[in-house]
Amino acid sequence: MKRVITLAIIALCSLSVLAQENVATLRGNAALDKEGEPPAIAKPMKDDVKRHRNYPMQPPVIPHNIQGYQVDLKVNKCLSCHARKRAEEAQAPMISVTHYMDRDGNFLADVSPRRYFCNQCHVEQTDARPLVENQFKDIDKILQESSK
Amino acid sequence: MINWIKHYWRILWKPSKHFSLAFLTVGGFIAGIMFWGGFNTGLELTNTEEFCISCHEMKNNVYQELRGTIHFNNRSGVRATCPDCHVPHEWTDKIARKMQASKEVWGKIFGTINTREKFESKRRELAEHEWKRLKANDSLECRNCHNFEYMDFTKQGQRAVNQHSTALASGEKTCIDCHKGIAHELPDMAGVEGW
Repeated sequence: MKRVITLAIIALCSLSVLAQENVATLRGNAALDKEGEPPAIAKPMKDDVKRHRNYPMQPPVIPHNIQGYQVDLKVNKCLSCHARKRAEEAQAPMISVTHYMDRDGNFLADVSPRRYFCNQCHVEQTDARPLVENQFKDIDKILQESSK
Repeated sequence: MINWIKHYWRILWKPSKHFSLAFLTVGGFIAGIMFWGGFNTGLELTNTEEFCISCHEMKNNVYQELRGTIHFNNRSGVRATCPDCHVPHEWTDKIARKMQASKEVWGKIFGTINTREKFESKRRELAEHEWKRLKANDSLECRNCHNFEYMDFTKQGQRAVNQHSTALASGEKTCIDCHKGIAHELPDMAGVEGW
């Protein structure tokens, strides 16, 4: 019995060592006592072109630079263009109507506090290459494949 | 007291007994140069960033906020210091601003914003002073570096072109109307036009 357990432990250890060699880590190949070389800071995409949404409820991503945008108790820089009352002059897309609803579905005069912090859902895009391949499939593609 | 003033007043208006005309004119000229030079040197000394941030009110609040912005560090290493934006470059305007700034000396002495809390509660008022000043002089301090004549719209983003070629070009709006809070944190903007 003891021998079986020992063998099992050895087998597991060697397996995990094998597996580890294939796992990409954010550390890269830096030694444990050294700082890894940080990747270059990616450039934000700022061409103002609307991006594809992978599913209907996906919060749209931000196609412009948002560096230094102040969003706090005092002021929300994003809303100075995207709020209902500002969208016309700024010619920016108005935040969706759901942002003016409380959690019970009642409409409010201004943005709901639970929707105030834009970056919780909406993010900037950069030219950084993905670390791992993305295998996400659009629902249309799945339906198409299953109907074959 | 009055007799004493009268006595010296009379002396001032009498011709000099011991000094030659040449001594008085040349001497007066040299003294004038020294006074003027000293005055301007002193004035320029108060027009440096080191002077501004020698007060903790400036160093711990607005200066720290500036440090993260494009006007402090950027790819080309050209930066704006406090007086570049907050003091007019023309001499007469500069003197006028410096006289206004005597109020800031008062504030320093009586500790009007000597804690973070006091500064925060005054932030809106202080910001409004600067917005008003820049609105009144058509954002002159911005334009000392950012000259509209040399702006190349083809090198701007589409949104920037739309604004700059219409509202800014026609003079309907000036830089500060849209570019508030680019160098420091904004106060509570409730009720401010465009926010």
